[in-house]
Amino acid sequence: MSMQPKTLFEKVWERHEVVPETADTPAVLYIDLHLIHEVTSPQAFAELRKRGLRLRRTDLTLATMDHSTPTRTEQVFGGAPITIESAAKQIRELEKNCAEFGVELLGLQNASRGIVHVIGPELGVTQPGKTVVCGDSHTSTHGAFGALAFGIGSTEVGHVFATQCLLQRKPKTLAVNVKGKLRPGVTAKDLILGIIGKLGVAGGTGYVIEYRGEAIRALDMDERMTICNMSIEAGARAGMVAPDETTFAYLKERPRAPQGTAWDKAVAEWRGLITDPGARFDKEIEIDASTLEPMITYGTNPGMVIPITGSVPVRQNDVAFTKSLAYMGFDAGTSLRDKPVNVVFIGSCTNSRLSDLRSAARVLQGRKIASGVKMLIVPGSQEVKRAAEAEGLHRVFIDAGAEWRESGCSMCLGMNGDTVAAGQYSVSTSNRNFEGRQGTGARTLLASPLTAAASAVRGRITDPRELLAS
Amino acid sequence: MQPIKSIRSRTVILPLENIDTDQIIPARFLRATTREGFGKNLFADWRYDANGAPKPDFVLNQPQAQGCSILVAGRNFGCGSSREHAPWALTDYGFRAVVSTEFADIFRSNSLKNSLVPVLVDDATSAWLLANPGADISIDLESTTLALPNGTRVSFPLEPFARYCLLNGVDELGFLESQSPAIDAYERRRSAA
Repeated sequence: MSMQPKTLFEKVWERHEVVPETADTPAVLYIDLHLIHEVTSPQAFAELRKRGLRLRRTDLTLATMDHSTPTRTEQVFGGAPITIESAAKQIRELEKNCAEFGVELLGLQNASRGIVHVIGPELGVTQPGKTVVCGDSHTSTHGAFGALAFGIGSTEVGHVFATQCLLQRKPKTLAVNVKGKLRPGVTAKDLILGIIGKLGVAGGTGYVIEYRGEAIRALDMDERMTICNMSIEAGARAGMVAPDETTFAYLKERPRAPQGTAWDKAVAEWRGLITDPGARFDKEIEIDASTLEPMITYGTNPGMVIPITGSVPVRQNDVAFTKSLAYMGFDAGTSLRDKPVNVVFIGSCTNSRLSDLRSAARVLQGRKIASGVKMLIVPGSQEVKRAAEAEGLHRVFIDAGAEWRESGCSMCLGMNGDTVAAGQYSVSTSNRNFEGRQGTGARTLLASPLTAAASAVRGRITDPRELLAS
Repeated sequence: MQPIKSIRSRTVILPLENIDTDQIIPARFLRATTREGFGKNLFADWRYDANGAPKPDFVLNQPQAQGCSILVAGRNFGCGSSREHAPWALTDYGFRAVVSTEFADIFRSNSLKNSLVPVLVDDATSAWLLANPGADISIDLESTTLALPNGTRVSFPLEPFARYCLLNGVDELGFLESQSPAIDAYERRRSAA
């Protein structure tokens, strides 16, 4: 009579198997929520058109625009032209495609627009136990709610359009057990950078991660999203956190969450979305949150990360490592502290939510950013922007000398023209420090909003605890 | 999709680990809305200088790389962004297979949908290939083996359904559409619950 204990992932996977996998064929997996944006959808719409297919479930599909969109208010609301013609064209094409196929679009001037991974949770459309996909690798963010959420390519976007399903092999499971308590000045961003440093950038390849343990349970939803968001930087397509009271409190009365008796029924079901005692993971790692310092990257992938109090490691005979340090202009064995900073970016699907902006404001309150530093603060959504302005955060930022913009992906990848110049150093709260990610020749150092803000104030790489103490 | 039985070519070598999709095709080129024409910007920031002139020391700009359709790269090729523009750029340039000791999950999935074969090899085979640029090798999908110039054959894993699709030129969407009775039944079951 005993049921086989299951992991959270296995429970969600099994509920979405339309056809289980066999030796010869992958599983047909049903998708509950398909989020789309302007960059990876046009080729998929073209495929539907070419084959004369309709979009099967417009009610499970939601579009927004975030990657190529301008962040200057006059370009979003004031009728000033979008200067990059290809960006303007991509935006128009999404409008046209959504109108033609009947997809709801939260367009450029919509009050609910924002980065796709910020608005899903904010609207309450991201929910525990759902399968969520998007043509974007940071779809892993939605796993913070106990959803199985992963990025797909444009061909697969077309598959979901036409059939609401994907062909998938069942991935393996990896438990990341985090004990202890984060110390003051050490954030969820530092924790995930620490985890990636430990796992390596391919340590999660082939796995779905479940983040577990007391340190994870203590995180709020914004922080859990930061953690799950960067699962892909360890190679894992998805990261999950089991839903709990924190999750339910966040979702309750969100505009698209279940309401009334449907809410009670949903929560009762969501409570079962936990890994059963005795369930087996294919791999497990342990990490002690209380040993972590604020983290910062020194190289050109997110696994090249050190505590801000540490030094760039020394590695002999490693071509990629040597090339990476040459690109960054750093020497092995040296500290990054007090290195000069040109640009600071607070934003992206990793760290652009209200709590991230509050973190930055805590450091910037009553201070000015160093002369010569350009600081861009880009809220994750228009809703985040309104909430930040309601509590006066924008005043703190503007008074400090930062630029306060409309929502979007912005300088995380520079598709909209918000870029870092060649050779310049950028401390960024985003997720990728790849060569040229923020602009050709740009040098990116990934860090938390606290570290980014502190580095903006000093104009040098700074341990935020030095400013938080004073 | 065109069926693929085998690929034979000299190799081009990029010996770095963790080559991410931002290197394969930088984000500023993703504003295009079709699948075509990305090959000219493949590895753009490694291939061209600030004025758009080819950098002579980059491997794709060297005469011996011309006409090669197999790329050999270090571990964890294709990590990072899910952009399918990466395999579109590689195939548009003329690559038909990439050989590495590890591929990022989304890149591998995207490649298989675009007739770009990800060939996963062991460390010793990879080390030999990386040390012998321009080696004339062949990749056979019937037997899922890679043949080195000395005749040695090395097996590589390929998911059976993906192999079937490549060999027969079958596209996955056609297969998924054939599952629509099961999908209809699943939706009815869910809405009844």
